[in-house]
Formats: sequence, C-alpha cells, structure tokens
Amino acid sequence: MGVEGIGARVARKEDKRFLTGKGRYTDDMTVPGMKYAVFVRSPHAHARITGLEKTAAAAMPGVIDVLDGQQLLADGIGNLICGWMIHSRDGSPMKMGAWRPLANKTVRYVGDAVAIVVADSVAAARDAAEAVVVDYEPLPVVTDPVKALEAGQPQIHPEAPGNLIFDWELGDAAAADQAIAGAAHVTEMKIFNNRLSPNPMEPRSTLGIYDPGDDHYTCYTTSQNPHLARLVMSAFYNVAPENKLRVVAPDVGGGFGSKIYIYPEEIVCLWASKRTGVPVKWTSDRTEAFLTDAHGRDHVSTVKMAFDGNSRITALKVDTIANLGAYMSLFSSAVPTYLYATLLSGQYDIPAIHANVRTVYTNTAPVDAYRGAGRPEATYLLERTMETAARELGISPAELRRINFIRSFPHQTPVIMNYDAGDYDASLNAAMAAADWDGFAARKAEAEQRGMKRGIGMSCYIEACGIAPSAAVGSLGAGVGLWESAEVRVNAVGTIEVMTGSHSHGQGHETTFAQLVADRLGVPIDSVNIVHGDTDKVQMGMGTYGSRSGAVGMSAIVKALDKVEAKAKKIAAHLMEADENDVVVENGELKVAGTDRSVPWSQVALAAYTAHNLPAGMEPGLKEGAFYDPANFTFPAGCYICEVEVDPETGQTKIVQFVAADDFGNIINPMIVEGQVHGGLAQGIGQALLEGVHYDPESGQLLTASYMDYAMPRADDLPSFNVSTSNTPCPNNPLGIKGCGEAGAIGSPPALINAITDAIGHNTLTMPATPQKVWAVANAAN
Amino acid sequence: MYQTNYHRASSVQEAVEMMSNVPEGKYLAGGMTLIPTMKQRLAAPSDLVDLRHITEMRGIMVDGRSVRIGAATTHEEVATSVEIRAVCPALCGLASHIGDPHVRHMGTIGGSIANNDPAADYPAAVLALDATIVTDRREITADDFFTGLFETALEDGEIITAIRFDAPATAAYQKFANPASRYAMTGVFVARRDNGEVRLAVTGAGSNGVFRHRGLEAALAANWSPDAVANVTVDASDLLSDLHASAAYRANLVRVMAKRAVAAA
Amino acid sequence: MANIRMTVNGRQVSGVCDDRTLLVHFIRENLGLTGTHVGCDTTQCGACVVDMDGQSVKSCSILAAQAAGSTITTIEGLAQNGDLHPVQEAFKAHHGLQCGFCTPGMVMTAVDMIRRHGGNLDEETVRAELEGNICRCTGYHNIVKAILAAAAEMGGSRQAAE
Repeated sequence: MGVEGIGARVARKEDKRFLTGKGRYTDDMTVPGMKYAVFVRSPHAHARITGLEKTAAAAMPGVIDVLDGQQLLADGIGNLICGWMIHSRDGSPMKMGAWRPLANKTVRYVGDAVAIVVADSVAAARDAAEAVVVDYEPLPVVTDPVKALEAGQPQIHPEAPGNLIFDWELGDAAAADQAIAGAAHVTEMKIFNNRLSPNPMEPRSTLGIYDPGDDHYTCYTTSQNPHLARLVMSAFYNVAPENKLRVVAPDVGGGFGSKIYIYPEEIVCLWASKRTGVPVKWTSDRTEAFLTDAHGRDHVSTVKMAFDGNSRITALKVDTIANLGAYMSLFSSAVPTYLYATLLSGQYDIPAIHANVRTVYTNTAPVDAYRGAGRPEATYLLERTMETAARELGISPAELRRINFIRSFPHQTPVIMNYDAGDYDASLNAAMAAADWDGFAARKAEAEQRGMKRGIGMSCYIEACGIAPSAAVGSLGAGVGLWESAEVRVNAVGTIEVMTGSHSHGQGHETTFAQLVADRLGVPIDSVNIVHGDTDKVQMGMGTYGSRSGAVGMSAIVKALDKVEAKAKKIAAHLMEADENDVVVENGELKVAGTDRSVPWSQVALAAYTAHNLPAGMEPGLKEGAFYDPANFTFPAGCYICEVEVDPETGQTKIVQFVAADDFGNIINPMIVEGQVHGGLAQGIGQALLEGVHYDPESGQLLTASYMDYAMPRADDLPSFNVSTSNTPCPNNPLGIKGCGEAGAIGSPPALINAITDAIGHNTLTMPATPQKVWAVANAAN
Repeated sequence: MYQTNYHRASSVQEAVEMMSNVPEGKYLAGGMTLIPTMKQRLAAPSDLVDLRHITEMRGIMVDGRSVRIGAATTHEEVATSVEIRAVCPALCGLASHIGDPHVRHMGTIGGSIANNDPAADYPAAVLALDATIVTDRREITADDFFTGLFETALEDGEIITAIRFDAPATAAYQKFANPASRYAMTGVFVARRDNGEVRLAVTGAGSNGVFRHRGLEAALAANWSPDAVANVTVDASDLLSDLHASAAYRANLVRVMAKRAVAAA
Repeated sequence: MANIRMTVNGRQVSGVCDDRTLLVHFIRENLGLTGTHVGCDTTQCGACVVDMDGQSVKSCSILAAQAAGSTITTIEGLAQNGDLHPVQEAFKAHHGLQCGFCTPGMVMTAVDMIRRHGGNLDEETVRAELEGNICRCTGYHNIVKAILAAAAEMGGSRQAAE
C-alpha cells in the first residue's frame, strides 16, 4: 500500500472547501433573476379540496404568481410513481394510488402540497402563501397501519380497497409451519420497528431554471442520484425530454436515503420556472422536512422462531405489516420486500423461512428507504428474537448464535440470497474480546453498588449491499438496472478526471475513488479529480444508496482503468519499442519489466493526444468508459456489543461502551470506513434510544415536527465507539469490497435493546427506549 | 416572520418611551425565545424594542450575601460570575446548563423570567431563592410574579431591570432534560436558609408553570436530608402530560430531582 | 427597512434589508457568504453559528438589525492568508466532517469552546459543549477527537506564547 493508495488513511481532498465555507450546496446557488418559492400545504391529514382562492395572494407585494394543481394537470405534468412492481401472492399487481405533485382533488397527509407561490423573497412568498384560501372538506383519518387494514376504516385511495397495497410472501409456508409444529421450543414475539425521519442536516432544496431560448431546463437539486431524477422526470412526469433537462446535484449535505426520491418540489419548481419565466428556488425548512421527506421503517411484525432439542433453528415465520404512508414513494415497495424478507436468515443456517408482508396506505408522510432500508427491520426482528430465545432456552446469547452460524460458503438461504463469503465467528470473537464480555459480571456488580442497573447485549447482523445484478432485480420488479458507470479521462498532461455515476454526499468519493486511481497508476492523488453529480458532465449513472458506491461504482472505475491501462501500455510499448506484454505500470511510469527502460505516465498521455507516433491503426486520445453490472450482492456482516447503565429512578440509559466488529471485505480508506460506521451507529442508536415519528391518531397531525419534539442524537447522548474490522474479501467484485455505509444503522438497534432489557430484567420494550418508557417498564417489572 | 419594526434603546427610559409609541410592541432582550417564536409566526409584534444595549441593565453586584443581577445579564455572565459563585454556586450551575453555549451568550435572565416558559430554568431559581423582581416602576416578589404559563405580573410596557436576592445557606438545582428539546422536563431548585426555612420550586412539570411544592418544603424543613422526600406525595393531577413524559412520570421526576438536589446542595 | 453596517471578517460591510431579516440571511444573501448554513427552525442545530463580538452566537435567531454595529467572524474569515485555522486542520486530520453541512457551525463552536476552556478540555466537556450543534453524519466521534486535538495544540501553543 502506498501512502495515497488503497488501504491508506488519506485525509479527504474535499475537506478544505467544506472547512472554509466554500462548499456549494443547492441553497447556495443564485442565478440572475432568481425568485423564491413557498408551497401551500395541507393542514389536514385527509380532506377533499372544494375550492382554492388565490387572487388576493397573487396581488400581494413581491408576488410573481401563485400556481395550483389544476394548472399543473392542464399542463400535462404526470403522477409521481413507485418504480418497483410487487405482485401480491394472488398474482395481482400492487395497487398504486395516484400521487399528484400538487394535489387538485384530495389531500392525504399533513404537508401534501397544494399550490406554489413564487415571489421576490422567501418572506414575501410565505406572507402570500398564508393568504391563499383553500377550502377543505375534512375526511376521516387513519395513521396506524394495523388499524388501516381493519374493516370500516377510511379509504385513502380508490385504487387500493381496504388500504392494502399488496399482500406478498416469500419462502415456504408449509415447510415453516411443519417445522414449528414439530419444534422442541418456539419463541414468539411481537416486534415494532419505529418510524424515523432521516434528517440529513441539509434540508432539501431545488432550483428550477427554464431557458426559453433553447427550450431547456436545468434543475439544481439535493439528490443522491441526479441521472435517475432526470430519467424519472423525463419518462414519467413529462417535465422535459432528457436531452432538454440537465440535473445537477452539487454538494449535498447528507441523504441517508431521503434524497434518492424525486419529490413534488423539483417537478413543480421546473414547471413553475417555465410558467413564470423566472428561475425558481425552493428550500425546505426543518418542519417541512419532517412533514414531507420520506420517512423510514414503521413495521409491525409477529415472529415465530422454532428450535430443535439442540437449540438449532429449524424455522422462522414472520408476518409483517408495513406502513407506506399516503403515497407510494419511488422505491417504497422494494424496502419491506426484497430488501427485508431476503435478509431474514441473518447469519444463521435456517432450513425453512416464510415471510408474509402486507403494505398499507395511511394518512402519513410517504415511507421509503432510510439508511439500511429493510435490513435494519430484518436484523432487529431476528436479533431481538435470538436474544429472547437465548433467555428462554437458558443459553448464553453468544452460544446460541454460534450453534446456528453459517460456516460454509457459498450458502444458499431459503429467501433468495446466496451468501458468498464471511466469517461470523471471527466478528463475534473480536467483538466479545474488545468488549471484555467475560468481565461484565464484575462490572454489573460494581454498578449495582452505585444503584445503577448494568446490562449487555449483542447483535450479529448481515446485510446485502450493491443490489444486483440488473437482470435479477428486473425479474423481481425493479424498474431500473442497478449497474454503475465510470469514465476515466486522461488529460494530455497526464492528469486524470474520473466521471462517476455514483454521488458523494458525505461518503468521501473524491478521496477514495482518487486513491484507487493513484494506487493503480502510481500517480499523485492530487492529479486525480473525481467528477460527479451533473448529467451534463457525467454519462448515465445510478447514484449512491444501498452502500453501493464502493462495490459497484469503484468496480466500474476499475473496468475503465483496465481499458486505459491496456491502451497506455500499447502506446508505451510502441514508444520504447518493447512488447506490450512486458510493460508494467509502477510509480507513475510505464516500464519494461526487468529493464531500466521507462516512460513517464505524462509522456504516454501526451503521446496519446499529439498522436504523432502511435501504433498503427490506434485512435488518438486516452479516455475510456465502462459499465459494471455486479454478479451478486455483497454481504457485509458483523457483531455489535452494547453495554448500558440504566438509572432505575429516572429510566435514563447511558451507553457505557459500544463495540463494533465488522467484515467489510477489502478497505480503501480505513479512516473513512470508520467514519461511516460511527455515523451509522449514531443513527441506529438514535432509533433505539431517541428517535420516533409520532402522529396524532385522531387528527393525523405530526406531533414530532421539529427538533423540539423529535430527539436527534447529540454528542452527549453517545459514547466514543470501539470499532474494528476482520475482513473476508468479497469474491464477486474486482476490489473485494463489500460496503460499509449502512452497517452501523443496521446492526446497532437490537444490541442496544438487548442490553437495556438485560439491565432491567424485563423483555418487553419498544424503540425508542425513552427514559419514560424504560422507567415504566422497569417499575412494572419490579 | 411577519414584518416588524426594530428599535434600539440606550436607556430604560428611552425603551419605555419607544414602547408607548407603538401599537403592539415587544421588548427584545437576548431574543433566544422571542425570535424563534416570531420565526414560526406564533408571535407578530408590530415593533421590537431592543434592550441589549442598555448598560444600566447589565452587570452583577454582590454585597455580602446580597445579590443583584441586571436583567440584561447573559446566562454566560451568570454562569461564570466569580462573585455569584462565592455565595450561590447553584445559580451559576443552573445558568451554565440553560440551552447551549451560543444561546447562553445571548439569552438574559430578565428575558427568561419575563417570558416565563413553563420549561425554563430561571423561574425555578427565582422562586426558590425568594428573589425580588425589580422593574422600571416597582418591585415584585417572586411569589407574586409568576402567574401562569407564559404569564407574569408585568404590566404593559413594564421592563424588568434587575433581579435581587439574598443568597441562601445552601442551594442546588437538578434538571432532567427533555431528550429532544433539552428544556427542563422537570427541574427542581431547592434553597435552605440559615434559619432552616426551605423553599423548593419545580419547573418543566407544572401544568400551570413553575410552582413551589409545599409538601416537599415541609418535609425538608423538618429533615434536611435526601431521604426526607421519599414519603412525600407528588400529586400528578397538576402536572403536564405530553409525548415525552406522562404526569405520573413527571411526578416521579419531581421527587427524584428533589432528592438529588438536596444531596447536591 | 434597515440599513445595516457591521464588520464582517475584518471588512466594513453594509446592506439594506427588512427589519425582520435574520443575521444568517443577511450574511448569506446580502453578503454572499454562503458558508453559514440553516439546518433547523428552532435554534437547535447550530449550522448557523458565527462569532459576534468575540462570542459564538446562532445567527438564525438574531435579527441583522440587532447585530448592526457589531463585529462578526464567519467560517470564511477563519483561515488566515490561506492557512487553515488549527481547528480546521484538526477537523481534516481527524475526519471530523462528512457531508460538510454542519461543519462551519461545528468549527466556529469549537473555536469558541477552546477560547473559553483553553487546553483544559476533556471528552465529557466537549460533548456537553456540543449540545447546540447537531451532526447527522459522523456520530460526533471524530468531531470530539478533532476538538480535543486542536485544544491540546492551541492550549499548548498559547502557553508557550505567554
């Protein structure tokens, strides 16, 4: 490993601009003539729109125009869609209700957009938005997903009778039932996975610019996948054909899934720019973000786990109701199905698994992928059940897991996945050693002296990253392929630009991707620039989510580098009059192996572009592109251990240590990987301890609409983390990478709840384990 | 935020005059509650009269055990006051945990008390310390000052200019913060005089704002010990209940925070 | 309308805005200094922290008119002559930032924290002092590490200078 190559802790190239206030986020953009938008939003969770009066608002000072859903419809702008088709077990397709970017007949959740005001300033637009008079006829409301399926509940979309979107299954029900019937022990649980708000610190923002001269649109937006945004806005929403629409996602301040989707605001601002003749910028405030950013999780499940007399799992049966909110967001259907039920085997050899998943509409914000997406729900369900089973069976939690670990690879689970590599004992042992598991009893006794209840809990997670291959996901209903692209452009002076379809919004691609190139070609990392996030600059790409950028995005770069290197070697061989098979790349030079003959990289690049002396028939230039479609998912895994002290008088939980031992395959930059784990852990701990979206069940009003009521993890809620890796390379991609972006959020919640329930000696506890809840449970138990 | 007109006063007298000339004015001290409230369009004063530049309202004076804090003194200034720390460290401790460092650099004791947010920290101290609220026109005892949620005895246009109290023999404040807002979900300030008198005030929990708990006061006057609170009943029916804490849980917190405050005093 | 004059990053500036205009919007829109961010509506996230007259403040909760006449330092004014401030250096060295959005506020907060505590910072104090700054990316681990490292370095060099 070089100081700047693969495996090195290289400080980030992008940091200087962020540290000096020179980052360029969407809300930082200004263009001549730009005006500001504010959306008029529904204050009702469910209502019929019976009238909309905007004359007074439009006449207010500084107001350019007020546009509504009827105008949007008249201009032919299409419905928002869900891009992953799921079929119910009866074979019928999912029941997708219409989602208008601006509601024109019915509003279905608090925050549903109804009209847009464009004005000279945000303040003027907000003044006018208050003056838009919308007449609503309130309709009955349902927010609870279980209740929404009951008879006599409000009907949210005419397309989905009984609010059921689909009733889907995976696995062999008969085999699971049979194993459960013959089991020595069955552990049964009811599992709630709490609804979360992703909360990237940069609120969503978009700037729509229509240029009548070229009939061309530009959309600056807070997106994790600008090309996908362009594709969907062109193909489905009729905003503009792709060649007339440029989408730019500049610096993006975190996404965590919530910036994958195309929301009404991007579409409406582009359309409003054409209607008004001015560039239109909208930036969400935090309350709008709570109201309208896609939420995550929100599952209610029952689980049965069957064991034989040797504590080996014989079957798992899961029944899940997943709340998808008022509309089907872009990938909402995939999350509680192929990103969830396929992971229910965990790290364990389970012969029979069956999952039934029903998704429902409610009068709440749309729910879609949030960091981990489906996999945290599967892991929480499985690892809470394993912990409970260990307590019921009277075996240590580690022992129960060891009895059931998968140890031979590849391993085909009963739920689609084919695990390619892993060493679950290694992670478990590493975590237990790092946590001094054996010393826990003494620590617990010491805590008891201080009146504190100490507990310890573990979680062994597996996840699947880099969802692929495209043909397979297509057969499962995906509307897009899940490959990635790269183009490596060597300039005439030897510096390099890499155009990637991945998008960095905190992950550090500008550094890690450059490390790959530096490592491969032996050039200084400063001579490599990573270009992303602009459909005018970068060839079609699929963006960043599902921890795919390393495993899929970098693999595409490897493929492009293969082509660049092959051509460079041909040129070098020609210049040195050597055989191209004898040319090697070393330290920025192309050398004839075993000789002192070499040409610097820059000279080869220059030769490619002067084209004065190239091999016969070779095209000038040194620029190659590649598309990479993985053969399989990757399967990161690990073991997390959490140790807590609960104050029995207040119910306050303090995390006294948190250990993460992960297997991420090969690692490009350990510093960045650790940072990803830290961030994921904080979000997982947030879910377990602090965060929860709450709606009033009667009115459908969002009760957690700001940081006053939605508890975000702060620095003093968290400990410093003890993170390490023990890695088995992924055999299915050229770099052996598995992906690390979501692991922390996937593996940590059950470790925490297992620790708290261990501390208080009572197993019934739902997330978030707030002081109030822990106090109530602990005192009920005593 | 709705349109408003900003005025900067350089003396108490000028501030009162400015206020008398505007239709729906509000005094602006640190602004750490008022500006956020206006941002959310929950308050719409026609005019703001800024008190932050009135020098006569700033500063801390300690004479023996007698303490006078100018109303425009920031939380940070109270938290780090060597003079106050010498006679009433509990107040410094309380001030050092209001909001966050940035809020403490702007927020003032007068602003906090005038606003009387049911989850604010200072009202508990003012009430338990039996402080006197000095205004441009009179002096008001703490027992008379806090009259309900966001309600005080202040008249239209009246300005708090200072807070005065005699430092108790011992005092302490214990707060259990709301996990989201970090405001007091329950805060208890307890003060004991040389003569054995105990005053104990609770913030964050009362459905009518800050209040003294006479039962706890009596128990602690009889037996100044953390254990003395164990058998005192805290009636949950007068307490707030919300997403974060039921009244029953708050009642428990009142007792626990009281116990810990006595232990810390 | 307010006619605002103040000193920002060592330069006299002026601008006209509504009396209701917040300092953060004056800085971002009138002055074009977009390093100071807005991440919430409730004075909690700290992305907007700037230094006003020697103390950290939340520029989202102060009117530009209130700040008239004051001396402001924003994130853009921290590096001198192209050299990063020691806190900026420490954030880079310890990977104390990911998406970068909370970073300006975090850095300004850290500078103020070190101003008040000098080298006498420990992990618990740093975490408590960060109550008014929310980061969603880093889990704070490396932010805490960076601030402790910067404090040690700056505390040390200040002692040497005295």
